[in-house]
Amino acid sequence: MNNKRIINILFLLPVVFAFLMIIVVPFFFGLYYSFTDWNGISPTANFVGLRHYARLFTMPNFLHSFVITVAFTLINVILVNVVSFILSLIVTSDLRLRNFYRAGFFVPYLIGGIVLGYIWQFLFNNILVSVGQNLSIGILQTSFLSRPETVIWAMSTVNTWQYAGYIMLIYVASIQSIPASLMEAAEVDGAPYLSRIRHILVPMMANAFTISLFLTLTHSFKQFDMNFTLTNGGPANRFMGAPVKASQLLAMNIFDTATANKMAEAQAKAVVLFVTLVVVALIQVAVNKKKEVEM
Amino acid sequence: MSQLAKAKAGSVPVNPLQIGRNPRRTWRIVLEIFTIFLFILFMIPFAMVVVNSAKTSREIIYNAMALPSDWGQLWTNISLIFNNPTVDYFGAFIDSVAITVISLLVIVVFSSMAAWVLVRSHKAWAMWIFMIFVAAMVIPFQVLMYPLVRWMRVLGDFIGIRLLGTIPGIVFAYLGFGSSLSIFIFHGFVKNIPYELEEAATIDGCSQQRIFFQIVFPLLQPIILTVLILNGIWIWNDYLLPLLVLGSNGVVQTIPIAVTAFAGAYLKQWDLILTSALLAIIPVIILYLFAQRYIIKGMVEGAIK
Repeated sequence: MNNKRIINILFLLPVVFAFLMIIVVPFFFGLYYSFTDWNGISPTANFVGLRHYARLFTMPNFLHSFVITVAFTLINVILVNVVSFILSLIVTSDLRLRNFYRAGFFVPYLIGGIVLGYIWQFLFNNILVSVGQNLSIGILQTSFLSRPETVIWAMSTVNTWQYAGYIMLIYVASIQSIPASLMEAAEVDGAPYLSRIRHILVPMMANAFTISLFLTLTHSFKQFDMNFTLTNGGPANRFMGAPVKASQLLAMNIFDTATANKMAEAQAKAVVLFVTLVVVALIQVAVNKKKEVEM
Repeated sequence: MSQLAKAKAGSVPVNPLQIGRNPRRTWRIVLEIFTIFLFILFMIPFAMVVVNSAKTSREIIYNAMALPSDWGQLWTNISLIFNNPTVDYFGAFIDSVAITVISLLVIVVFSSMAAWVLVRSHKAWAMWIFMIFVAAMVIPFQVLMYPLVRWMRVLGDFIGIRLLGTIPGIVFAYLGFGSSLSIFIFHGFVKNIPYELEEAATIDGCSQQRIFFQIVFPLLQPIILTVLILNGIWIWNDYLLPLLVLGSNGVVQTIPIAVTAFAGAYLKQWDLILTSALLAIIPVIILYLFAQRYIIKGMVEGAIK
């Protein structure tokens, strides 16, 4: 029995040690720093209490980032899930090339946000503009990335393009676990395609919707890489009478704040991001679980 | 008999609005065309990268839509990138491969070991450790990143191994960040392995470590695939962690860092930026072509968990 105990400890040790050093310790330091005047350079940090938190909610740039991040997340939760649901129906249909399509729709997910950002920056700034000029289409002639009112939609398009293939696979797995006889029976009974989807498929997929909504929600809320290389926060805009960056999502706001050596302020913003994520995720899972039971 | 069933049997059209004799067939053609349209829409960005990687900067500005006048320009652009003095692209590729492979190896071995112990110890502490690992998944990277860098410097000085700017350092960080999800996935799988097998081996006098490595670990094979793929895609494409741990112009680089360094150095020179993006995409696509079945399968398994 003694050998068993030693082996247990040895087996747990590497992961627990790494976890403590990489997640737990920095997490508590992170919480602590948000109450100090840490600037990342000087070795000491003085305790300042809730000063940063109190200031955050009067800062136009932070409030703006918060608002557009919420908007970006809402748009994406809807867009990604609608598109990926349609994709999942297509690749589980009886099309001859369905496996080929499934593989293709998933490809954008394999390419990281950094590389995708550059590719789409080129598409928006060069290709679409050049199409607009050649065909004299007015709205295409200035880039979607250079207008504050369209840039969030441009980012949502890219995000959907990247993420839909992944969520599609979750829906596919769920559809394939539904007994085929159920759908066939409804078909024989004369239920039209759309009502078969609404009344049989969707309720049976409740669990997959919970997972997918949770994933798209947290993914959009934490989005950084694509934001960084696609727009880098631009273009300039005004919010509450102050200059702000029109597409600077929360994660990028934190990054920019820290780059300006305002480490403690960045840390406080990150803690707000963390708390918001936890609250929203808990509400979302609770609501969905309730729906799952009702269905 | 219902309308659809009648139509299926090939009788007279039930709805005058139906174009074809068989509504299912019409529906299929519409679906097929719609799918092909969607598929092309999904692939256009890649096509644009390939086409414009084979042009000069002037050609792109002149007409970004046109096909390149000389595909040979692609090789010129590629060699420009490989021979570039500011960004060591090939070195970044090798480092990316090394970091990803070693991190995956470490994550798979250590996480499965830990998950096995956590499942087989029916004690309160085992449940608590597991819950803490799972709960940590909601912590966004932004909360950890700056304290982490500072802490890794302190820790590195303390244990006498440089953690910042080195491969061991970043592998250690990936073990920490990857452990939560990996333990969660392994935990769910190990729970369903019958205990009788291990019991019999214990009675035969087999040691715990041998039971794990010779009996349990081989059984984990399908779920190891999932863990490899989920972590592999993330680590290969990760940007912020390598940026903070390795630095933007350190000795060790990764592909995403090299691409941003390139784009930063050659502002708006789309011929070079797109070619560097293409070079970042190609290895992933090649791997995907060979392992497509496993990757899709691994992702689907991971999604249900």
